[in-house]
Amino acid sequence: MQPQKIPELVCPAGSLPALKAAVDNGADTVYIGYRNDTNARNFAGLNFDQKAMVEGIRYAHTHGKHVLMAINTFPQPGREADWHQAVDGAADLGVDAVILADIGLLDYASTRHPDLRLHLSVQGSATSYEAVNFAHREFGARRAVLPRVLTLAQVELVINNTPVEIEVFGFGSLCVMNEGRCWLSSYATGESPNTVGACSPAKYVKWEKSPGQMSTRLNGILIDRCADNEAAGYPTLCKGRFEVNGETYYALEEPTSLNVIEILPEIARIGVSAIKVEGRQRSPTYVAQVTRTLRAALDALASDSEHYHVQPAWQADLARVSEGNQATLGAYNRPWR
Amino acid sequence: MSASSLKSFSIPSFKLPAFVSSIGNKLPQWPHAVALTAALNAVVKMKLLPEDSLERLEGRRFLVDVLDTGGRASFTFRDGLFRPLFYLPETPDLAFSANLSAFLQLMARQEDPDTLFFNRELSIEGDTELGLVVKNMLDAVEWPELPKLPKLSNILSFRT
Repeated sequence: MQPQKIPELVCPAGSLPALKAAVDNGADTVYIGYRNDTNARNFAGLNFDQKAMVEGIRYAHTHGKHVLMAINTFPQPGREADWHQAVDGAADLGVDAVILADIGLLDYASTRHPDLRLHLSVQGSATSYEAVNFAHREFGARRAVLPRVLTLAQVELVINNTPVEIEVFGFGSLCVMNEGRCWLSSYATGESPNTVGACSPAKYVKWEKSPGQMSTRLNGILIDRCADNEAAGYPTLCKGRFEVNGETYYALEEPTSLNVIEILPEIARIGVSAIKVEGRQRSPTYVAQVTRTLRAALDALASDSEHYHVQPAWQADLARVSEGNQATLGAYNRPWR
Repeated sequence: MSASSLKSFSIPSFKLPAFVSSIGNKLPQWPHAVALTAALNAVVKMKLLPEDSLERLEGRRFLVDVLDTGGRASFTFRDGLFRPLFYLPETPDLAFSANLSAFLQLMARQEDPDTLFFNRELSIEGDTELGLVVKNMLDAVEWPELPKLPKLSNILSFRT
């Protein structure tokens, strides 16, 4: 029996306890970000200050794990220096790679820090091997995170035509996935992930309870109304319910989580280098629960790929923490393209 | 019972019978606020809460509503300390409501707040950004390690 090479497990951390939870529960790599708008998870009170970063990187490295710094928003006109400073700071901290989306920033990082390993962020929206190879040729990008819009066959096509390591999403909340180019949040609030580092910033969100229901408003716009026994999702426009031609429903996207545990053998077979867990905005508890489960699945695959089967307990644990109480394989098994 | 099964002890999801809250909400509410603020201040004194997050709580009024016990605690944060409010503000700046088991699961870091929110077991009303600051502040706390308990199996083995 040939031992199966398995993808690296990349887990999210929005705080030091979450980073430690990831390391302690079997992550190979943890990704983190600054407490500012260079980070697409720039939420109030979340993320690492300098002291926590130093301690987090020390903790991970002591345990033989890697740390990636996500500087994955787009520099705003006149403020490029803030993004440059973030890249310089990450290099000084000794992270194992930076995750960048902006082409200008990739250029800055490759010129200023030639030894710093560069990963192309999902926000860079590279869906073809030409785009991935461009980032490799021009900036020396060593890994690309693919947007969640490709089928497994399309992912394989990219892998077969690039020297760049390919990372795909393995678990977490889904959105409309117009990654790096979504302006829905800006439409309602004037702010969006690519500009201020947050989708539906909390200051615009209001939950109102009334007997039997809860209404969700985004900058005053009613985007959803849930009965008391109905599951809720994140307060984003893409997961709102709207009246279209007299019918009220999830017109853009239903609150859903991605879960690839069923197709892990396929993902490993086609040569995916890493799978990523979404959710830096979530608590250390979530990070521990999801990391532990995916670690168990990957280890089962590594030890005996022929007899890999999904344990019901894994699915139950992941379903429990999923947004929208339903999980899908996303685009990976979509018949249409 | 082994030490590992002790470690994996989990708080079940439960809801107390309705009569508990019907009695509970007739009792004075300030003792809850006194107990809760004392606990929060102990955490403040251990310097476990980040200063910049605490600053954002200054002068804001909070309400914690334990639905199935009928217990409510309201408090504020002023001059570096959490202080009980001896009245229930009609419009607190931030209100959390959940059943007792959900609050216990949150405190024990057994459940993720977003999971409880998705499952409608936790409600947040008022200033959502303030809610996020509080949630993320509590998530970032590194609780000191508790002293190790003696292995129960070792104690029980003396019975033979």
